[in-house]
Amino acid sequence: MREGGSGGARLLIVDDNKVNRLLLARNLELQGHSVAAAENGRIALEMLHGERFDLVLLDMEMPEMNGFEMLERMVGDLQLRDLPVIVTSSLEDTASVVRCIELGAEDYLPKPVNPVLLRARINASLEKKRLRDQQKAMMRRFATPEVAQDLQRSGFALGGKRIRASVMFSDIRGFTPLAESQPPEETIELLNTYYTLMFDAIGGHGGIVSQMAGDGLMAIFGAPLPLPDHCEAAVRAALEMIDLIRLFNAEQAAAGKPKIRIGIGIASGEMVAGYTGTNERATYTCIGDTVNLASRLEAHTKVAARAILIDGATRAELRDGVASESLGPIDIRGKTHPVDVFALATPPQD
Amino acid sequence: MTGTSIDGAAFEELQQTAGAEFVTELVDTFLTEAPLMLAELRSALADGNSDRFRRAAHSLKSNSNTFGATALGAMARELELTAADRVAAGDTHALDALAEEYGRVAAALKELSRA
Repeated sequence: MREGGSGGARLLIVDDNKVNRLLLARNLELQGHSVAAAENGRIALEMLHGERFDLVLLDMEMPEMNGFEMLERMVGDLQLRDLPVIVTSSLEDTASVVRCIELGAEDYLPKPVNPVLLRARINASLEKKRLRDQQKAMMRRFATPEVAQDLQRSGFALGGKRIRASVMFSDIRGFTPLAESQPPEETIELLNTYYTLMFDAIGGHGGIVSQMAGDGLMAIFGAPLPLPDHCEAAVRAALEMIDLIRLFNAEQAAAGKPKIRIGIGIASGEMVAGYTGTNERATYTCIGDTVNLASRLEAHTKVAARAILIDGATRAELRDGVASESLGPIDIRGKTHPVDVFALATPPQD
Repeated sequence: MTGTSIDGAAFEELQQTAGAEFVTELVDTFLTEAPLMLAELRSALADGNSDRFRRAAHSLKSNSNTFGATALGAMARELELTAADRVAAGDTHALDALAEEYGRVAAALKELSRA
C-alpha cells in the first residue's frame, strides 16, 4: 500500500485549465504526494486503467468528457468504482454539487482551492480508502471469491432470493475427545489442514463454503452463481473429501498423530440465498427446509454409520457411475414425514 | 502600485503557500492562457455557441480568483451565469470591458510577480 495518512499517495488531477492543473499539482507535491494530470475525463479514464492511483481530483467543466460523465463511468466500472474522487470546481449551483456527491464523489472543494482544506480532505479520503482496502482484503480472506465479487458487483443488501441448489454439511466425528487428547496448537494445525483439504475439494467442484464452526462446515453448490449440475457437483466433492481424508489419515498415522473421520450430509432443492445478519456483521448463506435436511442427514451419518448421506432429490439428479444404497424412508428429526435417504458407497476413511 | 485590479492579500497568500518562484511561472502561464480564453469568448459569441462561451467564462473566472483578480473574476462570473442571454444578444460590449480589465490585471500581475 503506497498511501498513508501523511502523504506519499499517487494522485490524478483532471482539469482542462492549465493554471488550475499547475497550481493544484504544486500544492499536492508540497504535501508530499506524487501527481499526474489529465485535461479531460476521457484521457483520465485511460490513465486510470493504465496505472494505479490512490485518489482523483476532478474538475467538472471540461470539454470532450466532463466530470459528471467521468463520475458516471467510474461508478459503472468495477475496477474504478471504489477509487475516491474529490471534486474541485467553481460550480455555482448547489444542485451540481449534490449531483457529484450522488454520483459517488467523496467530497467537494470549491475553487480557488484552499491548501489547508485540500490537505485535510485528501488525508481523510486516503484514510477512508485505506480502511476500505483493508476491509476488501479481509473479505477476500474470509469470504469466497464468488461472494466477494457478488458483494462488489451488487453492493451489500440483507435479504435473499429463491434459488435451486445443493447444500452440504460436514463435520469431524468425535472431535471433542480428539481435541482434549492433544495440545491446542496441534488441534489448530489439524483443523487448518482439514479445512484446506475440504475447501479444495468443495471449490474444485464449484461449491463455496458459506460457514465454518469449530470442526463443521456448510457448503453451497449453486449460489451465488448458478451451477447446472449442482447435485452431481456436491456428491463428487463429497467423495473427493472422503478420499482426501483417507490420504490425510495415512500421513497422520505415519507421523504418529491421531486420525480423523468425517460425516457428510447433502440435500438439494429450493432455498433462499442471501446475506443474513445485521448491517455490521452478516454472512452469505442459504436457509430453508433443504438446508435443515442436509444438516439432519449429516447428523444421521453417526446413527447410520455411513460417511455420506444424501436425500432423494439429490439422488434423482445423479448420473450413472455413483453407487448408492437406499436406506429407505427414515424418520428425521424436525420432519413430519419419513424421508428417503441414500448412502453413497465409500471406501473406509482410515 | 497595482491599483484595485489585484487583491494584494490574496496574491501574497498564494505566493506564501505555493512559493514566489512558482507563482511567477504560474502568472506567465496565465498570461499565455487568458488571451486564448478572451479569444474563445469572442469566437463562441460569433458562432452563437453558449456552451463554449460559458466554459471559457468559467475558466477565466476560476483563474482570476486564483490570483486575486477580484473584479475580473466577478465580470467573468457574470458572463458565465448569463452566457445564454449574452450569446443570444450577440453583445460584445461586455467582452470589451472584460478585455480592458484583463489588460489592467496583466500589468499588475507582471509587476507583482517580479517584485
